[in-house]
Amino acid sequence: MDAYLTQYIDPYYLRLLILIGINIILALGLNIITGVTGQLSMGHAGFMSLGAYTSAILSMQFACPFWLSLLAGAMVAALFGCLIGIPTLRLEGDYLAMVTIGFAEIIRVFFLNFEPGGKAVGLAGIPQHTNFVLVFTLVAIIIVLNAKLLNSRIGRAWYAIRENEIAAESCGVDTTRLKVMAFTVGSFLGGLGGGLYAHYMYFIRPQDFAFMKSIELLNMVVLGGMGSIPGTLIGATILTLAPELLRVVAEYRLLFYGALLVILMIFRPNGLLGDVRIYDIRKRWARKEVQANAHTNS
Amino acid sequence: MPILTLNEISQEFGGLRALDGVSLQVEEQQIYGIIGPNGAGKTTLFNLITGIYDPSEGTISFRGQSINGAKAHQIASLGIARTFQNIRLFQKLSVLDNVRMGSFGVTRSGFWSSMLGLPRSRREEKEITEKAEQLLDRVGLLNKKMEYAVNLAYGEQRRLEIARALALEPTLLLLDEPAAGMNAGEKAELMGLIYELREQMKLTILLVEHDMNLVMNICERIAVLDYGRKIADGPPEEVKQDERVIQSYLGVEA
Repeated sequence: MDAYLTQYIDPYYLRLLILIGINIILALGLNIITGVTGQLSMGHAGFMSLGAYTSAILSMQFACPFWLSLLAGAMVAALFGCLIGIPTLRLEGDYLAMVTIGFAEIIRVFFLNFEPGGKAVGLAGIPQHTNFVLVFTLVAIIIVLNAKLLNSRIGRAWYAIRENEIAAESCGVDTTRLKVMAFTVGSFLGGLGGGLYAHYMYFIRPQDFAFMKSIELLNMVVLGGMGSIPGTLIGATILTLAPELLRVVAEYRLLFYGALLVILMIFRPNGLLGDVRIYDIRKRWARKEVQANAHTNS
Repeated sequence: MPILTLNEISQEFGGLRALDGVSLQVEEQQIYGIIGPNGAGKTTLFNLITGIYDPSEGTISFRGQSINGAKAHQIASLGIARTFQNIRLFQKLSVLDNVRMGSFGVTRSGFWSSMLGLPRSRREEKEITEKAEQLLDRVGLLNKKMEYAVNLAYGEQRRLEIARALALEPTLLLLDEPAAGMNAGEKAELMGLIYELREQMKLTILLVEHDMNLVMNICERIAVLDYGRKIADGPPEEVKQDERVIQSYLGVEA
């Protein structure tokens, strides 16, 4: 299928599209944890690396079918998300952020010394199974399920925890359990994205999942708008394309990120689509139509 | 049998004794008022009943069952709903979602059925949406159901909090200063609403309030707290005459 696509589209652009898709999956996972539930996680790359290494090792050394190693990678990440979530989600805000940074660093250092993972050199020669169709099929499925979830009893409780934890508790929400649930789902998607990434890049090494990767993913969620699925899609797309467009000033990329976030904080503190609802847009359109009609009638 | 019994409740914060051996009995379908000067421990009492704090001493029982040490969400699911003195709404959720959120404790659909939209979860969603709209209609906010809660006026936010608490289908409703910041007209409306709720929903209502007119009018029994101790307890006429109450709270006419 991808070979067919490359007849029409430059492989370079195809590659960018696939990376956008993978980043969307990763960012949607983080969006559930940080954007929707409001638990600041700065270690999403840790879950990503768990998924990447698990699936890569399963594919290369145990000759597992691709779908199985992908699923296993996501499950391992989810398991760690759950295990780490139980003790740490009693912490709030900055404290939780620090613990998640620490966790991601521990994972990174572990893989730096992990023999089957090739230590600092990394793993090379991972079979390239990830392709455009697979990534975007998964993106579509995840968006649909994610939207359903956020519109349901569980999703509402996640938003409620972000808005006011004590009030959520007084509505009967077991906030610790719901937070662990959000963390588990988010890290599952992190692991899934990691597995896709590993099977696309041929090659992974611990530096790929360092602190800056976590920050990059966090930026996607914040830029797009906390808790908004369309926002996360836009955030992931912009921040995947930005480094390519800024190739000329590659070393100043971080400067660009910093400036972008500052500008965003001034003009749209809730992110690009953080407080935009389809309902409001429809209402505004309806009003414009009424005005337009009144204008033509007069 | 009383629906709520507090037996010799004490609560300490560090060295400060916020509540000291308070006992109360609230009968079923009673409107019970708690009054007292600022810092008397009224809100602390609410926080103990709803499980936000665990009492240092004493026992609390609801319908004959001890709720000491139960978590706030467990107590909510037993049917004790509350509002807050400093309004705690889900500000960036719609008015409708705030009320639907109130039903969390009485709905059951879990992660998988929510994500996959199984019939059970869809049925529940439909039920709680209808119920939420009825409640919003009752407190007069139905035409604002899609607004963000944060954009409502102060009095409306108070009413929204009551609607959210009612969505839990409680048997005991705790109102923490429901009339604070309301004008005379809104207060009269609120009194009507409280009466109506008690009659129609068979509610027991426990309220903390500073507005004496409101308290004396609608409460059937009043407890007075001062420095964490209960100094009086009885029907409004009796409490009004109580020497100590007049001294510490109602004030002496010069």
